[in-house]
Amino acid sequence: MQWILPDGASTFAGDIDFLYYVILVITGIAFLVVELGLLWFAVKYRARPGRRATYTHGSLRAEIVWTAIPAVSVVVLGLMSGGVWNHVKGRDSVPAEALPYRVLARQFEWHVTHPGPDGQLDTPDDFTIRNQLHMPVDRPIVVHLAAEDVIHSFFVPAFRVKQDAVPGMEIPVWFEATKAGRFELACAELCGLGHYRMGAEVMVHAADEFASWTAAQAAARTQ
Amino acid sequence: MTHAHVMRSPAQRELGAGVYNEKLGIWVFLGSEVMFFTALIGAYIILRFANPGAFAQPGELLNVPVTAVNTFLLICSSVTMVKAFAAANMGNLKQMKLYLLATTLIGAAFVGVQIYEYTHLIHAGFLPSGIREGSELAELALAGELGLGRPDPAIAGIYGSTFYTMTGFHGFHVTCGVVCMAYVTAKAYRGKYTQADHRGIEVVGLYWHFVDLVWIILFTIVYLI
Amino acid sequence: MTTVAHPSEHATHAGHELPFIRKYIFSTDHKIIGIQFLLMSLVFLFVGGLLAMLIRWQQAYPGAAIPGAAVLPETMAPGGILLPEFYNSLVTMHGTFMIFFAIMPLLVGVFGNYLIPLKIGAPDMAFPRINMWSFWIAVPAGILMLAGFFVEGGHAAAGWTSYAPLSANPEFSGVYAGQKLWLLSIAILGLSSILGATNYITTVVNMRAPGMTWFRLPLSIWALFITAILVLLAIPILSGAAIMLFFDQTIGTHFFAPAGGGQPLLWQHLFWYFGHPEVYILILPAMGMVSDIIANGSRKPIFGYHSMVYAIIAIAFLGWVVWGHHMFQSGMNPTLGMGFMISTLLIAVPSAIKTFNWMGTMWQGSIRFHVPMLHAISFVAMFVIGGLSGVFMASTPVDIYIHDTYFIVAHIHYVLFGGSLFALFAAITFWYPKMFGRMMSPFWGKVHWLLTFVFFNLTFFPMHSLGVYGHMRRIYDPTQYEFLQPLMGLNKFITVSALLLFASQAIFVVNFISSWFRGAKAPDNPWEDNGLEWTVASPPPHGNFAGVPTVHHGPYEFSAPGVAEDYLPQSSPARTAVPRTEGRRAEP
Repeated sequence: MQWILPDGASTFAGDIDFLYYVILVITGIAFLVVELGLLWFAVKYRARPGRRATYTHGSLRAEIVWTAIPAVSVVVLGLMSGGVWNHVKGRDSVPAEALPYRVLARQFEWHVTHPGPDGQLDTPDDFTIRNQLHMPVDRPIVVHLAAEDVIHSFFVPAFRVKQDAVPGMEIPVWFEATKAGRFELACAELCGLGHYRMGAEVMVHAADEFASWTAAQAAARTQ
Repeated sequence: MTHAHVMRSPAQRELGAGVYNEKLGIWVFLGSEVMFFTALIGAYIILRFANPGAFAQPGELLNVPVTAVNTFLLICSSVTMVKAFAAANMGNLKQMKLYLLATTLIGAAFVGVQIYEYTHLIHAGFLPSGIREGSELAELALAGELGLGRPDPAIAGIYGSTFYTMTGFHGFHVTCGVVCMAYVTAKAYRGKYTQADHRGIEVVGLYWHFVDLVWIILFTIVYLI
Repeated sequence: MTTVAHPSEHATHAGHELPFIRKYIFSTDHKIIGIQFLLMSLVFLFVGGLLAMLIRWQQAYPGAAIPGAAVLPETMAPGGILLPEFYNSLVTMHGTFMIFFAIMPLLVGVFGNYLIPLKIGAPDMAFPRINMWSFWIAVPAGILMLAGFFVEGGHAAAGWTSYAPLSANPEFSGVYAGQKLWLLSIAILGLSSILGATNYITTVVNMRAPGMTWFRLPLSIWALFITAILVLLAIPILSGAAIMLFFDQTIGTHFFAPAGGGQPLLWQHLFWYFGHPEVYILILPAMGMVSDIIANGSRKPIFGYHSMVYAIIAIAFLGWVVWGHHMFQSGMNPTLGMGFMISTLLIAVPSAIKTFNWMGTMWQGSIRFHVPMLHAISFVAMFVIGGLSGVFMASTPVDIYIHDTYFIVAHIHYVLFGGSLFALFAAITFWYPKMFGRMMSPFWGKVHWLLTFVFFNLTFFPMHSLGVYGHMRRIYDPTQYEFLQPLMGLNKFITVSALLLFASQAIFVVNFISSWFRGAKAPDNPWEDNGLEWTVASPPPHGNFAGVPTVHHGPYEFSAPGVAEDYLPQSSPARTAVPRTEGRRAEP
């Protein structure tokens, strides 16, 4: 049994993982209270000869207590979650300096358009790679996500990023990797026959390495 | 009121809703009908706002005068329905039968006009899947004569989809209503309803008024706006 | 004339015997219809379970031949090896059968039918003939749904949620007639549910026996009544959506196809606008029946009866404004996500009230651990886990990570299996003696409970871990991904547990069938309960009550002071004035 989240590799991982552990602790306490309570009552109040159950229809005071505690807990959780949610998914929270990408999902592959050396999309130095996304470390990128046929979902577990790609819509997804290396991108929404193998890789490079890789790619494609 | 006490003990009258089962049942059932049309109309509103260029202006494509007459017919049938029920309450069974017959016939006429409208539209090239290529309507749309289908005639498909689904399901409900109405009318002519007990008429009448009300909403949002 | 709504129906009650076909096949007796629904849904429960076993095999041993599966046709599993397209159908149909054809009819069709008239003191439903139709419309729906496996292109494979455009366009899914049959079947089944709900609501409102005031209704009836309202209002939304999708498939409409101006997200909104009330349709009756059984097992009045009623109503009401929490990652406007998160978290409050009130009912009780009680306590214990795991996905940022992973699968199974199905085992074993006039074997009942409880947890608890690792749901072959490789051991463990869980159900099946013929004769009131159904013979005669029962008490007058027994039937005139002791400990 494993309740510890795997290592994160993006700036979101800290916030999301923290919230996860907060909820784990709160629900863990509630879990123990209820399960141990049930067990204790089951043992202590089992039917025994000569004892009669207490005749009571309830206690308003007790009910107010166990209404108030969950109510307060969920409000606090809601407030904590709201800020993180806005930071990750809010339409205004995409950083202005984020490097733009375009990802087109289709059965059963990811077409990733990289911005090229000029760092801008829709310029001649853009290039598209199938099932590979190369990005620099410690710099936010924004993926303009679209789908050609059915709904797919852009899921990079290590980055704690997930966003459905919907035909007819273009949805911005931003994130910033904090570690260089190779990470897996998976389709998380049932998209048909080959859904299970609709994977891709995300290569996170150090800044200078990324610059030279981009230049080399652009050069190779213009020849 | 006239027959509720026949059906229920005093204690039950105290507990229940104060109406007989069939009447309560049809009200409950209409609740689900409301939600069904909510789904269709809700989808229409969302799709229309999302595709302003896909829907024609009022009167451009649909024949509003004919449908207005048809709407008037359906409202008339609600009036005759009310008259039939009132006559039953008064014990005027002869009038009741005539008004029931009138309601059935007017209802059937409404369905007839709708079928005429459909055949006409389909002939012109307006289909649930969009505008038929090469049809009279397609040429008009391509020539820019119609506001319909801007910027791309392909998206006008959603207009036909919503139009036929909404009006079609309403027509289906009217047809069911006409069948029930014919059944009730036949029963009335066989002398099965009395001043004391004519629950069947009230129940079918409630359904009929509901279908009428839905049409007034559909006529407004599909034909007039 | 007293309580009789249908004089003509009633006339047949007392008099001559009906022919077999009218008595057991095209019966208008709510009890027979309830039992018909019971047998049909148990068959679908078995089919759904069987599909789950195939899914689990594939998760643990991807690409390995399933022993005995070579009998399946080439289009499903050549040589016993599942094809990916068939796997998607399995996932889809497991969910579909379990939700629409097993859990929902078991809760609503079986116990709504069986309990409502008996527990409110009515001779039958308000509309017995419509009730019969409600069952006989469900049968062809079930046959159509099964038929999908045998058509060209295979069965529906877009998930039980049938997200468009995958479900809308055969070019994308490779599924032709299967998806259309699925949609037709769902629309027909919807009609059956709506007719049933209309009946239940009318019956509860209009046909309660004298003295059965709203706040003397057993919580099972409250829950079934509120559920019927949810069914009535939610199902037509699904029917409407299913019809639109059916038209997209057949006559070329464009509701969900972006190329023609349609919107894929519209399907999700419609589906979940139905789908979240549906979640409560699947749990509220379970909660209600568990409340009855826990009070009975604890020999104590239910703790906080009124707040239990208000909690049911609150859950049902909030259930209409939370559908967007299924769509946090769907591309829906993120600002809406905030609102849906708050309403979703708020549902935790009435759920918590219910849980603590069940515990309060057991507190200072005199608990009898009969088989229904064991299942009912397990319901509380498991529902709590399902409820708490729901908090994770209600929190939108955490949902980003766990959405569409096995964490969700664990959650739904803790709610639907740990919750609804344990409640159903409780309810079936509790009311079996009334239904069939025989007792089920308590020994085998306890063995079945123990094995189910253990293997259920061994199967589904580790799924949380899979989700924490990011294991996606609905994937044919997890070995495709490197980050899922370390989880294959856990996947195998889960599969073995699931097989044992499935095998354990054989005990229930045998106990159910053999008790029907060889079980000990059931007395009228084997559990010493207060409900009106226990005042009549087991099984009750056609028409239920000899006269009209009069109700003098609430449903949970257990261990009342001044009464010799520790229970007081609702219709017993023994002690008419029950002193109000709410909020205080009563004198011993």
